Amino acid sequence: MNVSIRQLAVHMGGTPVLENLDLDVVAGEFLVLLGPSGCGKSTLLHAIAGLVDVAAGAVHIGGRDVTWADPKDRAIGMVFQSYALYPTMNVERNMSFGLRVAGTPKAEVARRVARAARMLQLEPLLARKPAQLSGGQRQRVAIGRALVREAQVFLFDEPLSNLDAKLRTELRRELKALHRELGATMVYVTHDQVEAMTLATRVAVMRGGRIQQVGTPGEVYARPANMFVAGFLGSPSMNFIEGETSAGGAAVLGVRPEHLALHPADGARSEGEIALVEAMGAHEVVWLDMHGHRLAAIAPATGAHRIGDRVGVQIALDRASVFDPVSQERIELHAGAFHHHPR
Amino acid sequence: MSVPARRRSRSLAAAAALVPMAATVLLAYAGTMAWSVRVSFSGSRTLPVDDFVGLRQYARLFDSERWVLSMQNLAIFGVVFVLACLAVGFLLAVFIDQRVRGEGLLRTVFLYPYALSFVATGLVWQWVLNPELGLQASVRRLGFAGFTFDWIVRQDMAIYAVALAAVWQASGLVMALMLAGLRGIDESLWMAARIEGIPRWRVYLSIVLPMMGPSIGTAFVLLSVSVVKVFDVVVAMTQGGPGLASEVPAKFIIDNLLVRANIGLASAASTVLLLTVLALLAPWFHARAHASRRAGRAARASDPSEAAA
Amino acid sequence: MTATTALPAPRRPRWPAPARVGLYVFLATAAFAFLLPLYVMVVTSIKPMDEIRLGNLFAWPVKVTLAPWAQAWTSACTGLACGGIRVGFMNSVAIVVPSTILSIALGALNGYALSFWRPRGAQAFFVVLLTGAFIPYQVMLFPLIRALAALGLFGTLPGVVLIHTLFGMPVMTLLFRNYYASVPHELFMAARIDGGGFWRIFVQLMLPMSLPIVVVAVIMQVTAIWNDFLVGLVFAGHDWLPMTVQLNNIINTTTGERLYNVNMAATLLTSLVPLAVYLVSGRWFVRGIAAGAVKG
Repeated sequence: MNVSIRQLAVHMGGTPVLENLDLDVVAGEFLVLLGPSGCGKSTLLHAIAGLVDVAAGAVHIGGRDVTWADPKDRAIGMVFQSYALYPTMNVERNMSFGLRVAGTPKAEVARRVARAARMLQLEPLLARKPAQLSGGQRQRVAIGRALVREAQVFLFDEPLSNLDAKLRTELRRELKALHRELGATMVYVTHDQVEAMTLATRVAVMRGGRIQQVGTPGEVYARPANMFVAGFLGSPSMNFIEGETSAGGAAVLGVRPEHLALHPADGARSEGEIALVEAMGAHEVVWLDMHGHRLAAIAPATGAHRIGDRVGVQIALDRASVFDPVSQERIELHAGAFHHHPR
Repeated sequence: MSVPARRRSRSLAAAAALVPMAATVLLAYAGTMAWSVRVSFSGSRTLPVDDFVGLRQYARLFDSERWVLSMQNLAIFGVVFVLACLAVGFLLAVFIDQRVRGEGLLRTVFLYPYALSFVATGLVWQWVLNPELGLQASVRRLGFAGFTFDWIVRQDMAIYAVALAAVWQASGLVMALMLAGLRGIDESLWMAARIEGIPRWRVYLSIVLPMMGPSIGTAFVLLSVSVVKVFDVVVAMTQGGPGLASEVPAKFIIDNLLVRANIGLASAASTVLLLTVLALLAPWFHARAHASRRAGRAARASDPSEAAA
Repeated sequence: MTATTALPAPRRPRWPAPARVGLYVFLATAAFAFLLPLYVMVVTSIKPMDEIRLGNLFAWPVKVTLAPWAQAWTSACTGLACGGIRVGFMNSVAIVVPSTILSIALGALNGYALSFWRPRGAQAFFVVLLTGAFIPYQVMLFPLIRALAALGLFGTLPGVVLIHTLFGMPVMTLLFRNYYASVPHELFMAARIDGGGFWRIFVQLMLPMSLPIVVVAVIMQVTAIWNDFLVGLVFAGHDWLPMTVQLNNIINTTTGERLYNVNMAATLLTSLVPLAVYLVSGRWFVRGIAAGAVKG
């Protein structure tokens, strides 16, 4: 089922958080809302869920206008950061409670719970209480609660933020597998770009209540729409070099660290001096000073780079981006037309 | 919450500083209780006598119509007081939790009676429930000629009048405790229930109320302790009357101790009261120990270092 | 999938309007019921007796008079003496101040020693002390009377203060012990490494840090001791009867006509101090009760 958002405006306590927001979520895709704290991604998710009132605009789910519909009528399921499992009920009751309150016949309830438990491997845990479950098990129960309601759209509000790194990578993979198996539409909120890149079929980068760019992880990474998106994705972040175009306008060149190749200093190309080397195991991050800029480059971990060495730098121009320094938007220009002025 | 294990710091000064506490426990608490029990087995009247009369004082005690009545009153008062306070306190807390305006003011209004002494409470309610000049008379003057509210002068209802005054005083405290418990509930739990379409009242009944177990337990214990000790409000409100209708064990003991010079009998009554308190406390302590053991097991079971099932 | 619906449903507030109104009605009614006795107290205390005899509890006085207050303060009769409740006020102050100071000092000391130093066997004593908090005072009354009499303290001010300190020790110790348990142990270790001993660490480090909990303890003790009746009744003797005992004497042991306005004025006077403490302290008051209630 698809989700369609038109000209959405949401105000919290009088101040506008989202304005004139348009977004289309294709049926069956895994869309990640990515952005820093306060960018409005959770608010957008809550608006889709019907947990916050909408000041203007419309929300459509599966072609149906649900702008004023109760959350329960939107065919959605939601997984929260704390999972929000009912602590005094066991897993089976947690999953079946909503259905029982709605008056669903017992046989039907049992059937749906059994199906969800089988898909999520919760069968041995049905009698346990949430306090007796691990983080991953709790996440699956929270998803199971949405599953038994035969939700068409699954909403995730930073479900992995509370967990330690190892558990996070494990649950990320589980979620991705689950998406493949269910084929349901999933909208996922996070501030972690690694989660976004690995989980998403498409990423919507947000900032200050506005969507900066929507695209596949590859698109957003390789062809960022503006300097914010360019700097937000990728670690270490993209290098920015001021200069001007052949036509004479000011411009900023953006180059990712992995697109800066380091060669022995032989005078054939621009040179820089190594200021810092961070060993990352399989590769190194080499920080060098060149023409007054501090740039990051990724190089194989040969151990050949030492502080103070001079190296030649080769930029992969066809992978670089050019931005307008005032609007910070992307300029469609080959990086070869960029000239740099030494500071 | 238990104090985490720490290395004991040896210090004579610490042991010396705790001598007052040890002395208090041994002499003021354990010692006096032991002495009371000892005296209850003697034939003491005005002054303690060092003889041994077995359970004669206890037999006298349960033969005494006044004592039996006081225990019955305690039971009635206890049940009415605890249940009413829990119900009223919980309801008030739930209603205030609905993000009403003027919450601070409302809380002040419901809690101020707890700042009053039991004597003041007894006196003001004695005045309000006075049939000739109080509530009954005033409502009749307003035109409701048939209105009766003379509990305080009726043998069968006097204890309920006392309970009413006590509930007025203590409900605010229960409300404050419950409100704190309600506020501790994660906001996302409410959102999850909304998404599932569970109506608010059902959330309170099936999800919130079970989660309030600890708060309810604390309130219950506090209230129960007040029940056993109830004395001031009876003395101020009805003096145990009319007649003996609102007599309570604590008052029985004081009267026999100080007025009627029946120390042996009073000590026997005290011992019975003490046993009642211990009987009330024992299951609570046991439940807490059981709960903390269970929590320890659950914490180990949900350790993320164990592989997910 | 159906086509987009033409008109969305009209906007609805979360909690339907009639229920919201019902909520406020219930709360207002409850507030009214809770305030009624206070209103009655105040109104009765400023009415002349002839209006009271008319029997309308709620009527605002036609003729407002403060004479009952003056009478309650200076000339109300408790048994034989007719010195007003002012005597009791002074006694209560004389009892409350030292009792509060002493019980808090001992509670802090005990809590500190139990939390950081933990001498052998101290925990066992503490548990017994805690159960003591639940015991009705009547059980301990007679032996304590005998003991105080033997020490020559029965009916004296030091005797009353001592009893209040003893009875207050369990809750005060619990309060401070729980508070110190939440202080990072590293702080204490650092002080010991710096060479601090038992008393130095207590006086120079822990006590200054204890201000929040001392405030709570003061509120609890002032309210509890001021409102106490039993201890004052039994141990204070004729010279030191606190306000609550005197109040009860004025109202329940007077012969002749009962002066309801004077009685209510006296009740209000007795309640002024704890009410003032409550209104000023607000949140701290509840925090104190809850802190004392939640057993560690």
